[in-house]
Amino acid sequence: MKDEVIKIEGLCKSFGANKVLDHFNLTLHRGENLVVLGKSGSGKSVLIKCIIGLIEPDHGKIRVLGKDVQALNHLQLDYLRVKVAFLFQSNALYDSMTVRENLEFPLRRHSFQLNDSEVDQMVMEALANVGLEHTVDMMPADLSGGMRKRIALARTLILKPEIILYDEPTTGLDPITGLEISNLINQIRDKYQTSSLIISHDMHCVKTVAHRIVMLIDGKCYTEGTFEELSASDDPKIKPFFY
Amino acid sequence: MLYVPDNVKSFLTELGEIARFSTRFFREGFLPRFEWEEFFRQCYVVGYRSLPLVGLTAFIIGLVLTMQLRPTMVYYGVEVQIPAMVGIAIVREVGPILTALIFAGKIGSSIGAELGSMKVTEQIDAMEVSGTNPFKYLVVTRTLATMLMLPVLVILSDTISLFGAYLGVNLYETLTYPLFFKKVFDNLTYIDIIPAFIKTFFFGFAVGIIGCYKGYYCEKGTEGVGISANSSVVASSVAIFILDLIAVQISDMFQP
Repeated sequence: MKDEVIKIEGLCKSFGANKVLDHFNLTLHRGENLVVLGKSGSGKSVLIKCIIGLIEPDHGKIRVLGKDVQALNHLQLDYLRVKVAFLFQSNALYDSMTVRENLEFPLRRHSFQLNDSEVDQMVMEALANVGLEHTVDMMPADLSGGMRKRIALARTLILKPEIILYDEPTTGLDPITGLEISNLINQIRDKYQTSSLIISHDMHCVKTVAHRIVMLIDGKCYTEGTFEELSASDDPKIKPFFY
Repeated sequence: MLYVPDNVKSFLTELGEIARFSTRFFREGFLPRFEWEEFFRQCYVVGYRSLPLVGLTAFIIGLVLTMQLRPTMVYYGVEVQIPAMVGIAIVREVGPILTALIFAGKIGSSIGAELGSMKVTEQIDAMEVSGTNPFKYLVVTRTLATMLMLPVLVILSDTISLFGAYLGVNLYETLTYPLFFKKVFDNLTYIDIIPAFIKTFFFGFAVGIIGCYKGYYCEKGTEGVGISANSSVVASSVAIFILDLIAVQISDMFQP
């Protein structure tokens, strides 16, 4: 059996009367790119925020790298978060900091033994991975949407995580930049052997990155399969996504 | 059953939430790891950068207060007491309250808007997932900075106001600089200075914690950022007046 890095069982989350996740199950294997596909507002972002501990689920179990996320205290959760990176839909770059400071921020908090030249080397390596070394002293506001996305990706890579959670990584980007980001996701997986959970409804991105797709419909794992399997489906709930 | 209007309920609920937020500040604020670098940066931002505005306002207030007082004092034949009266007014009340209100307008709104914008663009969440406690990094540092910097600004503002008052007196008569300040300080006692100084820590705390609370729980996207900034100023200004009222009641108990 493949090594499971994330295992979710019976996850439920409601906001008032709105049941967003209803006994949702999912497994992410080591080295895999798993896409969670669903309509806008179907609870995809809620799902990954539950995984990283930003939202507390109502019921269900979430195990990440063998740890029960709900049972962790704050310090243990911080330690786990070093190994699990999160790429936000809005990039979430710190406006008041330069690109260098944005990338240094997680490093300075978790790698106390590093000296300045080592930190600088790691920052430049992360920027080289996304091809943006020349932006190191720029402010996020001076960058284009695609560049900001790549800087955000460089920031998620800086602590060399085992798992990366991508929240709609190509939303708001033109098709060419979207394809560049999708290719970058594959390159990162190949280079660092990361496991990735990708939330998306951009079918070009899904086709480029997905090893396996989970369909999140009505709060449940409706079905799963490869891109080819699901695109051949005649199911009226699946077909519109691949039309 | 007692009918409580909705706006009263929401006011009381918010008051409770701010109290809970403040409790969290005291619970987490003094435990390691402390964000020294961010704290000193905030002291610079909220203190040094507020100085020109506070200084200018203080000078004008000192000058105008003296000019406004003068006709009445002359009418009663006690213009010789102008330095003493202006000194007491500035040190006990005008300096602390006006500086705190200007501080609430400039710093409270900027904290509310900054944290609100960080909230809606998921920067606070990003901080949390990168293993940083955003409450300590953002709220504790800013609130401690406002708490410590406002008293310093008030001391500077009082001093500048007294210089404004000195100029105000000298517009109509000649009074030497040493004599003016002798008259001011001969009439000031510790009971005037110490309570006025202590209350500024509470004013600074109110500005910081309310600005942070409004920004930290900002909702409704970019519209919410404006609301956070605006409500930070309104709520902290009201809090300053209420705290001042309480401080005056307490300090009056110690008056001989």
